Amino acid sequence: MRTRSVIISALAAALVLAACGESEDPRETGDDPAEQPADDAADDAADDPADEPADEPEADGEQVTLVIESWRNDDLPIWEDVILPAFHEQEPGIRVQFQPTAPDEYNAALEAKLAGGAAGDLITCRPFDVSLALFEDGFLNSLNDLPGMENFDDVARSAWITDDGSDVFCVPMASVIHGFMYNADAFEELGLSEPTTEAEFYDVLDAIAEDGTYAPMAMGTADQWEAATMGFQNIGPNYWDGETGRLALINGEEALTDPQYVAVFEELSRWAEYLPAGFESITYPDAQNLFTLGQAAIYPTGSWEIALFREQADFELGAFLPPVPEGTDTCVISDHTDIGIGMNADTEHPEAVRTFLEWTTTAEFAELYSNEVPGFFSLANVDFELTDPLAQEFLDWREQCDTSIRNSYQILSRGEPNLENELWDVSAQVINGTLTPEEAAERVQDGLERWYEPQQG
Amino acid sequence: MSATVAPARRRRRRTHVLVFLAPAVVIYTLFMVYPLLDSLRLSLFGVVDGREVFVGFDNFRLLLGDDLLSARFWNAVGNNLVFFAVHFVVQNPIGLLLAALLASPTLRGRAVYRTLIFIPTTLSVVIVGFIWQLILSPLWGFVQTPLLGRSSTALITLSLMSVWQYVGIPMLLFYAVLISIPDDLVEAAYVDGANDWQVFWRIKFPLLLPTVGMVTVVTYVANMNAFDLIYTVKGALAGPDFSTDIMGTLFFRTFFGFQLQRGSSTMGATVATFMFLLILAGVLLYFFGWQRRVETYEL
Repeated sequence: MRTRSVIISALAAALVLAACGESEDPRETGDDPAEQPADDAADDAADDPADEPADEPEADGEQVTLVIESWRNDDLPIWEDVILPAFHEQEPGIRVQFQPTAPDEYNAALEAKLAGGAAGDLITCRPFDVSLALFEDGFLNSLNDLPGMENFDDVARSAWITDDGSDVFCVPMASVIHGFMYNADAFEELGLSEPTTEAEFYDVLDAIAEDGTYAPMAMGTADQWEAATMGFQNIGPNYWDGETGRLALINGEEALTDPQYVAVFEELSRWAEYLPAGFESITYPDAQNLFTLGQAAIYPTGSWEIALFREQADFELGAFLPPVPEGTDTCVISDHTDIGIGMNADTEHPEAVRTFLEWTTTAEFAELYSNEVPGFFSLANVDFELTDPLAQEFLDWREQCDTSIRNSYQILSRGEPNLENELWDVSAQVINGTLTPEEAAERVQDGLERWYEPQQG
Repeated sequence: MSATVAPARRRRRRTHVLVFLAPAVVIYTLFMVYPLLDSLRLSLFGVVDGREVFVGFDNFRLLLGDDLLSARFWNAVGNNLVFFAVHFVVQNPIGLLLAALLASPTLRGRAVYRTLIFIPTTLSVVIVGFIWQLILSPLWGFVQTPLLGRSSTALITLSLMSVWQYVGIPMLLFYAVLISIPDDLVEAAYVDGANDWQVFWRIKFPLLLPTVGMVTVVTYVANMNAFDLIYTVKGALAGPDFSTDIMGTLFFRTFFGFQLQRGSSTMGATVATFMFLLILAGVLLYFFGWQRRVETYEL
């Protein structure tokens, strides 16, 4: 009797406690780190779309209402106050409503709405596999023949194209550009100028280190993703020749153990001595604060920081391109595709949707959007001017250099282990000194060969 | 349970038992037992063409047999056991010491100390993680060594942060036992010539042992289910080099996916099943290996 009751209570206790642990939804505890830059401002702006004043037109029967699905709820005021009124002025017959969902719920919510036939007419597209899956399931229309698509080059389209390149299904909207920002006041004080080659880059870092007033470079490896995103993917395209190398990796013609990739890891390992002491436990916000408080001179970065840094830093900000390695005369930047917009295949107003999408390919939209969301740049090859000179400088790099995207995003992160997470891990470890550049390259290549056929040959 | 109870009385008794049991049974069944059983069921399924298909023990075979997955899995199990071991080794003695100090008859301001030591337990893990990250930050904190950034120290540091937060619970439980020990027992011991040391180890400690066991098993279950502290401080990738990866973070990545890694509800359920089995094993070990052997005294 006693034995049985003990077993039963043991079982019950284990059941209850295990169930308690599982039923918590850990997604609620935070955003994923790579989204942080974009979403920092978002968290307090979770406006309820239902509160919007209903901008239904007077019943003239001809007007069509379109709804945009999006995860960018921090952009709501920008769309409502600036972008959509500009469109409404041109096309009085179409009313567009922006109805964002919380970023971490967007993918699941959108999929459910699409499956239930309740989704909006215009779909904001996540890059790569998420949107590709929607297209393959027939939820998104092909946009190959949309007038204005010729404004986007192959790099811009790469995030929303089928693997064989036959169908484009979203209009590329915006990208983020990588580079280095610096404290221009500190540079002036120390008599330094923007480095363009790797050798100059280290001269500058040495000079800052020697002076001792500033930490030469603000970055930490605690969150891991900066090492990969602001390190490896920032300086890498110069080494693997941008798109050429990225595509060769996908085709299996190059391996991550090739000298150009090992060289990137070697550069990263050299960064360690210029980072603040204890960088292994310095987090992303730590590094941001260190730089904006004026305690560090150089910050490896992405353009999404512009808005925040403008607000927080009370010194002059400058930016320079990833320095080119010895013997290279062309530069390649990471101009990473981030947001697109596509057409719900089920929409009742395909013509109106196409009209709107066509408008998103124009210079007018590019200029409106890129100015309102500094650091997110329209991907259209059209001329537009930015009011923020720092953002304009980033944008000008597109003229000076070839562009590419992060090499782990297309196709190569579909399997287990996925290349993106592997790169976070090994890039951080290379800087920490717990992996040599060769070991790091070998580990990511092994990971890729486990599941990616073209690399197995 | 007597067999001679009259039928009418027995029926009446049954009804009220049902009425009192119903709320707990219904709620636990609906929100805990059913989800748990369903999660066990899910671990036997795989997803083929968007549909769930019964695959038997394939997920388990893959998790334990695949060199990549099994390495991650055993790494997480090992780290989780280290996480628990640190709690066991540090939390119990410190909790006992604090309780003994609190129970000392000459102590003044007992309530203040008790409250202060217990307060961290009531804080959100996110706040605890944030505060300790600042304290241990080489930039803004008091420690120059990046304790949280090196694979050799990160897990131990996180375990100690968790101990700091939860030490109030064993302290309170031990304290409750200590003050419930009748004075005449202690006085009799003194009369018999025992010193303070002997009184503690010969009289008080045996009475504390059942509570030590209970605290240990509750800590074990909480530690095996732990997730939030690691996720808050180190993120879902639990770096550096997965040195702080425990079952909870492994489960999170497997079930929900992470960044470009896609989630798999069935493989996630398999990891969750192992968490359940480990917890079950620990709890059974406690019941049979400890609770039934340790002597309890009626006071």
